[in-house]
Amino acid sequence: MPRRRLRDALAGKAFSWMAFLPLVIAVAMLFALLARSRPILESKSLWDLLAGQTWKPQQGEFGFYPFIIGTVWVTGVAMILAVPPCLLTAIYLAEYAQPAVRTVTKPLIDLLAAIPSVVYGVWGVVVIVPWVEDYIAPFMGKWLGSSIPLFAVNNPTGFSILAGGFVLAVMVAPFIIAVTYEVMHTVPEGMREASLAVGATRWQTIRYAVLPRARPGIIAGVVLGSSRALGETMAVLMVVGNVVKVPTSIFDPAYPLPALIANNYGEMLSIPLYDAALLGAALILLLIVLVFNIIATLVLRTVIRRSQ
Amino acid sequence: MMKKRRLAKRHIEEGIFKAMMVFSFLLVAGSLGIILMTVIIKGLPALNLAMLTQTPKGGYYLGKEGGILNAIIGSLYLAGGATLLALLLSLPIALYLRSYVSSDRRADIVRLTMDVLWGIPSIVYGAFGFTLMLALGLRASLLGGIIALALLEMPIMTRAIDEVLRMMPVDLEQASFALGSTRLETALYVVIRQMLPGIVTAILLAFGRGIGDAASVLFTAGYTDRIPTSLLRPVASLPLAVFFQLGTPFPEVQRRAYASALVLTFIVLAVSLGSRWLAARLGKYAIK
Repeated sequence: MPRRRLRDALAGKAFSWMAFLPLVIAVAMLFALLARSRPILESKSLWDLLAGQTWKPQQGEFGFYPFIIGTVWVTGVAMILAVPPCLLTAIYLAEYAQPAVRTVTKPLIDLLAAIPSVVYGVWGVVVIVPWVEDYIAPFMGKWLGSSIPLFAVNNPTGFSILAGGFVLAVMVAPFIIAVTYEVMHTVPEGMREASLAVGATRWQTIRYAVLPRARPGIIAGVVLGSSRALGETMAVLMVVGNVVKVPTSIFDPAYPLPALIANNYGEMLSIPLYDAALLGAALILLLIVLVFNIIATLVLRTVIRRSQ
Repeated sequence: MMKKRRLAKRHIEEGIFKAMMVFSFLLVAGSLGIILMTVIIKGLPALNLAMLTQTPKGGYYLGKEGGILNAIIGSLYLAGGATLLALLLSLPIALYLRSYVSSDRRADIVRLTMDVLWGIPSIVYGAFGFTLMLALGLRASLLGGIIALALLEMPIMTRAIDEVLRMMPVDLEQASFALGSTRLETALYVVIRQMLPGIVTAILLAFGRGIGDAASVLFTAGYTDRIPTSLLRPVASLPLAVFFQLGTPFPEVQRRAYASALVLTFIVLAVSLGSRWLAARLGKYAIK
């Protein structure tokens, strides 16, 4: 075999082995975290870990419940704040905006996605937290707080679930907008034309022809966005208060799982089982994100493929 | 009469939704503006030459003299090393997906895994990097940080290069094959050269993600006031410099956190804008 062909064949082999690497990394990640958190999985029942409310590493009590609930709250608030404006923005860009607006917006959204998470955190601390503390909390607490526990204000500072939700909402916005925009583009132009031809307005076309068809892809995009929000660490950690308590109101502080890991990595090797517990927290996070991502990615892929 | 009213109603509905869309759009664009404004307004007054050219002196974190040169250099080392390492993995995988893969199914699986890896939170990469370092007996160091960041950057870079290579004109590739080139030669001398602008953009995209990430280097790279002299020394990074300085109770130090955030934002935006400019320049090697 000429040397050139040999080299080509060798490169082909090497490349195809390397292509396995992502799968290897994913599996290794799962097993490494599982192995490291085994001590705690063996010494406590899964129920005690997931539903336990006390977190006292020194006394060997590791209840993840407040952290899991904190993660759910912050992510939930973020998605409630982010999804409506993001969908509307994406629909606007895909269906209404002039080409000039689109060309300007694409780099803007890329920029928003490029801003590092600590910078979002700084913005949260400087702008969002005082805003929640001085305006939103007093206002909502006065009008809604006494009748609806969800809006009760028991927290004198603005470091709260709502602040975390605001910051996260802006962070996941570029992602949700990009996915929705792309999904809207997979809807065949003929469907719009057919709807417009029978006299529907633009909005009616979007509502009755485009959106129903784009729905699975949009939902997948929102799921992907929320899995981003779920694992976001630094920005949330900086504004959410980090108090180990099950929150009952959006003005309460919370302590999401990523913040737990990031805040305590320093002392985790000096207390027994602590490292296993924190790496177990990373494992919980990884498992949730894997499930979300695999399902959503498969849905998105089918949607995009169907249109090609 | 009824019909007319119904027709009017649907235009009102259209108007309402359109107004909401424009409002949402302005809201999103506005938040970008507000974030950049906040960082500039807070950061610029605190920024001075000493911040950029000195490492922290004694008592720096109490408000005494010094700068964040350690973090700037550290971040460049970390992100630079990680990007290089990620490129060594990403480019072959992307070329494999373009030129070698034998079945669509296999390509699908590789792409799916990449997408899933991309979605894994950076704190999990940090925790995983930490378990790797425990296994290898490494301490928090530049090397540990580079490995964790490279893992984080790899899926981003691979998918970005993969998307770029899909745009490769097939006839150009076939012309190369027709002249008797092997797949490897075609990949190296035709595909890469033709697609260089896009590949550079993809690399810089990953670099930007890497330099801004804090959660993955938290465990793995440590933090130090010195500029590292070896791969096995701990290293400071800009995102952590922002985080730690903001966490101190001293307003003087907090102001430096704002300045550090400005420096970080500037680097990230410069990389992002620079990659567009570079892509346009490198386009001259491509056959139109």
